[in-house]
Amino acid sequence: MSAASAPLPRWVTYGLMPVLNLAVAFLISGLVVAFIGESPWEAVEVLLTGALGTGEGIGYTLFYATNFIFTGLAVAVAFHCGLFNIGGEGQAYLGGLGAALVALSLGDVLPWYLTMPVAVLFAALFGAAWALIPAWLQASRGSHIVITTIMFNFIGAALMVYLLVNVLKVPGAMAPETRVFAEGGQLPKLTWPFELFGAKLGAAPFNVSFVIALVMAVLVWLLIWRTRLGYEIRATGTNPTAAIYAGIPYKRMVIVTMLLSGGLAGMMALNPVMGASARLQVEFVGGAGFVGIAVALMGRSHPLGIVFAAILFGVLYQGGAELSFWIPAITRDMIVVIQGLVILFAGALETMFRPALARLFWRAPRAAAAKA
Amino acid sequence: MDLFTTAVLVLDSTIRLTIPLLFAALAGLYSERAGVFDIGLEGKMLAGAFAAGSIAIVTGSPWLALAGSILIAVLLSLVHGFASITAKGNQIVSGVAINFVAAGLTVLLGQNWFSQGGRTPQLPNTARFNPIELPGAAAARDVPVVGYLYAELISGHSILTYLAFIAVPFSWWALYRTRFGLRLRAVGENPAAVDTAGISVSWLRYRAVICAGIFCGLSGAYLAIAQSAGFIKDMTAGKGYIALAALIFAKWKPVPVMFACLLFGFLDAVAIRLQGTPVPLVGEVPVQIFQALPYILTCILLAGFIGTAIPPKAGGVPYTKER
Repeated sequence: MSAASAPLPRWVTYGLMPVLNLAVAFLISGLVVAFIGESPWEAVEVLLTGALGTGEGIGYTLFYATNFIFTGLAVAVAFHCGLFNIGGEGQAYLGGLGAALVALSLGDVLPWYLTMPVAVLFAALFGAAWALIPAWLQASRGSHIVITTIMFNFIGAALMVYLLVNVLKVPGAMAPETRVFAEGGQLPKLTWPFELFGAKLGAAPFNVSFVIALVMAVLVWLLIWRTRLGYEIRATGTNPTAAIYAGIPYKRMVIVTMLLSGGLAGMMALNPVMGASARLQVEFVGGAGFVGIAVALMGRSHPLGIVFAAILFGVLYQGGAELSFWIPAITRDMIVVIQGLVILFAGALETMFRPALARLFWRAPRAAAAKA
Repeated sequence: MDLFTTAVLVLDSTIRLTIPLLFAALAGLYSERAGVFDIGLEGKMLAGAFAAGSIAIVTGSPWLALAGSILIAVLLSLVHGFASITAKGNQIVSGVAINFVAAGLTVLLGQNWFSQGGRTPQLPNTARFNPIELPGAAAARDVPVVGYLYAELISGHSILTYLAFIAVPFSWWALYRTRFGLRLRAVGENPAAVDTAGISVSWLRYRAVICAGIFCGLSGAYLAIAQSAGFIKDMTAGKGYIALAALIFAKWKPVPVMFACLLFGFLDAVAIRLQGTPVPLVGEVPVQIFQALPYILTCILLAGFIGTAIPPKAGGVPYTKER
């Protein structure tokens, strides 16, 4: 067996490699900061205190993390079936439409705890619907799902802008957004966990969607590793041909998985739309669908890993915002650069250190065997 | 304005909007025919455009700017190449990463160097590629129809525009009539066979992504120093993805790539022309329909309703020599 494909201890694969990859990504980010003439150490300090130093900072960090848990889970579920859903962006955008329609109608008459389940359902349904056509095209016509989901991101964006400008906009208003939802269409902030520790949430829009996200993480874990459907999804993802021989219908697996994935992406909209701005706005997704790819890769497609990776990206988002406030030379675009580098090193180059690590950890047992 | 003049104006802006798509789609053509998927076209164009805008304002030379644009785009291509060829990473993820890095870094550095909110300063005409008056254009203008078309439509574009249209037959020749092209296409279909013939799969694919970088650089330079007078934040605005759609729409073939780009450029030109003006019989057409049409058409094509688009067989799969 060559060193490159030698099995590694689990803690190396799941612990050391991601940490090494992240370290390289952050090292290069530090070089970028140094290149524009600022101190990387100061930047790290501002970033960490901004994201984790105050109750409000943590609130924002977890608020952003909520988005990434949803989109990360969406990408991960598709990964398990061997599919690459790059359309989380568009599915979340459409999910926002579903959530907003519920919030605009039921929100006027029902309290939030009755609106919420319906909004969750509709956000998921709309997101799933937007994943259905690419799924069907992949399953029945063999069109590459990566390409069709990219196309659907743009079609979705065009559709949403059209709806917001021509249909949903408040008559007479300039901004392409819906009216503010009534009380019943808004998700309440989660202040009590903060008060428990005597911290203040402040203006941070950390809300009930975080709990929904965690519930979804548990449900995805149960689905993938504890149900028959999850087994079939993983079997299809590992070896589609073998799965077909075992009687697992490929077409149905692709469509069901993509519906689940799209539904999870759609639910992401609950957080910014109903939890924060209380209205539907253009481009509210803001790249969270793409960040989901990085989150799923870093979390090794496991819900627990995804929650951690999402919080890490939440720290980057919130810390980055603080960074641009305190060190104006480092604009918010620095977060985009860091994200890109993390996606590059933790995603595309994730196995870069594998051969070296394999040499390091593979020698040990052989040497021991030789001695014995 | 009569219908003929309007049509010529729309076609003229079609050409202008087609060029960045055409360069980028040709970039994708080289890369994807060699089996390396490239959704980082957008990012490479953007980085190239920023390099071109910055170098042009500092040196005042459009040629240096073009060289810089190509250099940066090739460097990003090599990063993509390293990730997808040497490190055998996921090519889609690598492309996404390049798009992120380019989107962030261009604005970050732009703000830092020029303090204009991520833009580069407005370029003087001497630092740009300016329209070239083809010989006899002024004289031919008064000749009805043919002369007018020559003067308005054919003449009066920058050198990059003509280069883009020359690049199409050149790419056809390079891919279908040279040894390099044959091997490049082979490596996208069956890398094991190429390897067996004693040719390095990696080196071929690296050369393919370098070609992709060169064309992305041309595309970016066109945006920043020919079409506009400087770099603007996020100036590619999804053009890299439309180019990708055009490439698929053209079924990964050079001459159809040109027609697909012209079609998508035309849709864009019509959308700009129709903005706010009602069409007879139909009424006002929302501009978003034209924005979405390239993607919708590509999806319909992919569904197999307008012929079939068969991607290079080994596309997206890193080549592993030993099993």
